Amino acid sequence: MKKLVKSLAGIALATSLALSVNAASLKIAYDSDPVSLDPHEQLSGGTLQMSHMTFDPVVRWGKDHGFEARLAEKWERIDDNTMRFHLRKGVKFHSGNILTANDVKWTFERLVSSPDFKAVFPAGTEVKVVNDQTFDLVTKAPYPLILNSATYIFPMDSKFYSGEDDKGRDKGLLKKHGDSFASRNQSGTGPYIITERQQGVKVQFERFADYWDKKSPGNVDEITLTPIKENATRVAALLSGGVDFIFPVPPNDHDRIERNSDTDLVTLTGTRVITLQLNQERVEAFKDKRVRQAIVHAINNEAIVKKIMKGFATAAGQQGPKGYAGFSEDLTPRYDLKKAKQLMKAAGFEKGFTISMMAPNNRYINDAKIAQAVAGMLRKINVTVDLKTMPKAQYWPSFDERAADIMMIGWHADTEDSANFTEYLTACADADSGWGQYNSGNYCNTAIDGLVKAAGKETDPAKRTEMLQQVERELYEDAAYVPLHWQNLAWGARKGVQAEDVVNVMNFPYLGDLVVSEK
Amino acid sequence: MLLFLFRRLMQGLVVMFVISLISFSIQDNLGDPLREMVGQSVSEAERQQLRDELGLNDPFLTQYGRFITKAVQGDLGTSYFFKEPALDVILGKMPATLELVFAATLIIIIISVPAGVYCAIRPNSMLTRAILGISILGISVPVFLTAIFSIYLFSIELGWLPSYGRGDQLVPLFARWETGFLTSDGLKHLVLPAVSLASIMLPLFIRLIRSEMVEALSTEYVKFAKAKGLTKTRVYFLHALKNTMLPVITVGGVQIGTMVAYTILTETVFQWPGMGFLFLEAVNRVDTPLIVAYLIVVGGVFVVVNTLVDLIYGLINPTVKLAGGNA
Repeated sequence: MKKLVKSLAGIALATSLALSVNAASLKIAYDSDPVSLDPHEQLSGGTLQMSHMTFDPVVRWGKDHGFEARLAEKWERIDDNTMRFHLRKGVKFHSGNILTANDVKWTFERLVSSPDFKAVFPAGTEVKVVNDQTFDLVTKAPYPLILNSATYIFPMDSKFYSGEDDKGRDKGLLKKHGDSFASRNQSGTGPYIITERQQGVKVQFERFADYWDKKSPGNVDEITLTPIKENATRVAALLSGGVDFIFPVPPNDHDRIERNSDTDLVTLTGTRVITLQLNQERVEAFKDKRVRQAIVHAINNEAIVKKIMKGFATAAGQQGPKGYAGFSEDLTPRYDLKKAKQLMKAAGFEKGFTISMMAPNNRYINDAKIAQAVAGMLRKINVTVDLKTMPKAQYWPSFDERAADIMMIGWHADTEDSANFTEYLTACADADSGWGQYNSGNYCNTAIDGLVKAAGKETDPAKRTEMLQQVERELYEDAAYVPLHWQNLAWGARKGVQAEDVVNVMNFPYLGDLVVSEK
Repeated sequence: MLLFLFRRLMQGLVVMFVISLISFSIQDNLGDPLREMVGQSVSEAERQQLRDELGLNDPFLTQYGRFITKAVQGDLGTSYFFKEPALDVILGKMPATLELVFAATLIIIIISVPAGVYCAIRPNSMLTRAILGISILGISVPVFLTAIFSIYLFSIELGWLPSYGRGDQLVPLFARWETGFLTSDGLKHLVLPAVSLASIMLPLFIRLIRSEMVEALSTEYVKFAKAKGLTKTRVYFLHALKNTMLPVITVGGVQIGTMVAYTILTETVFQWPGMGFLFLEAVNRVDTPLIVAYLIVVGGVFVVVNTLVDLIYGLINPTVKLAGGNA
């Protein structure tokens, strides 16, 4: 009954809103703008944000970590290796062409040729066209995350991107550097068309009149996206009414935006985990499990969340956040200085040692401050940290060289799945498979790798969950790395911009569905 | 005169050559451009392949030789981020910076001359003390603080002026020059950045003009002019001020060049789409061709400004010989 009342109230609210809602324009300020109009050039937040505006995926993530039908209206599993998708009829590209399964095949082949995107699908995955409205995604082996990966297929207009441009090059050319047709021209099926673009200054979007989703509540027909790098300037632009919607909002400014009567703060608990890796090849002591555990127990990550992140993060005891398959409630943060000291004593390092540590200072929220706090905490177990923080441009080459004994790394799983963390961060390093590419700790446990590999083929969700939970548990008990926290996400919006309904933890707001009411 | 210009041109080329060599040799320490171009899951092998394609794995001399060969043909490389010739990108952003510098210079001239003269004529008045006090504050407060404070006051609290960018009512002049001087919206957007930028140099000029003026007022010919019974305005502005202008112009020329460098901070805070902002972004993105090109262009701007100052100097003070061989 309560539910019925709620939904009735919802309908009433929706109708009353529908009456007061007119076409609106929206000014957005993000910290960056898309690097290219080519959806396959770079796998980055900016590209995906753009793709959800000007293209449309086959399926997309819903609020509850489920999937929503987009260009595919339904899908079914045919056998262990095949997922069949049925496309909507009559979906138009911006050029006027009609979407068919051939466009999907063309797009998919382009996607897996991109160095950035090809890891999204297991090697050997194919699209088989059944008829104009139907296609199959066929994997070589059973693959449980096929729908997760399908959220990356944003069908491109294959006719529009075929042929030669005025410089005699293939219009479909995918090039990382150099000015290709696809990096400057677009035809997708998405809710918006780009009408003007000055890179690094602004992008102007206009609603696509023939957009297929007539049921979308979205009423924004004009969007201006301005990249504003400087945090203070971005916040000032929102507070002064210069823009209507901003991301990100630094923790220090949350109060100001919340207190202001004209603006709202929208926050979500995020999925990007911040961790420290203890390099066992550089430091002999880190090979001892007790020393690693001592370090984990010495770092009070709940205090870091409270004091440095101003509560704007969730202290972590594992890699994958809540909602992911491998998450277990009982793997909690474990700050215990006394135990840490005991462990150090047991390992014969009561007097401690000196180590080096590196962290970026402009990559993650408050990254340098977090690193300083960690250095201070480790001093209590007599570990002296020689800390160096640097801009990300210099940090990544150092990270690749494994240049310090402790290095900081944040990770967001492109597949939105637990296994991805282990594959990149804690698996045995293997240049051929790419596993352990970001494992600067050189932690290696083949049993765990075997479990993750098995989970990669397990299509029974219950069994898979069990396997991935075991992976997290073993990493936890082995203190394979130091989990710090998951970064939250915050957007600032002018009152009337109903941002809450369209934002998500992946940070690509579905702006096509955004409702903006009168000022 | 021609010989002078020719020499200056040669000197300028040498300066730019040296800058290119220096900026080219530090570029490896700026970071790895590939990191900004690829996603997190791209493997090391693929990144190496891209580095090869970009020619980043070649020895320094090969890379520099390739760069110089192209540079003499006017091609300073292609920006990784914009995918356009770096020089085009910079020239495209230059009007915004020049307008900002011009507006700031205007503010400096309009305020510093009367303020400096007043402080010299009435050294003991309250207003003089106030001006000099504030100017000390101006010298010591860093520009980004002035900028953020003025955004807070005038954009957020009072809501009078926009807080970022150049607005969208720019009027195209010629080629890629769009001006903000012709619309009220454009002018409003200019106020805060220009005032912030001016705030760094203003105190210096007020003090410079004041001290030069004090000196001029104590000279014999000013005393004589006063004794002769000339009006005060005539003495102050025609006789004294005119002679204070020489050092002011010299310092001014150099300082305007320096101001181009200060635009990096101002433009970043105000999201002003000019060269300075572009440069900082390029550093963050390790867009090395753009960084090198920017340094060369700014080096060129310094040479041009200094040449102009020398020319003007020669015009104002005929006793200065430009091409003087033994000077």
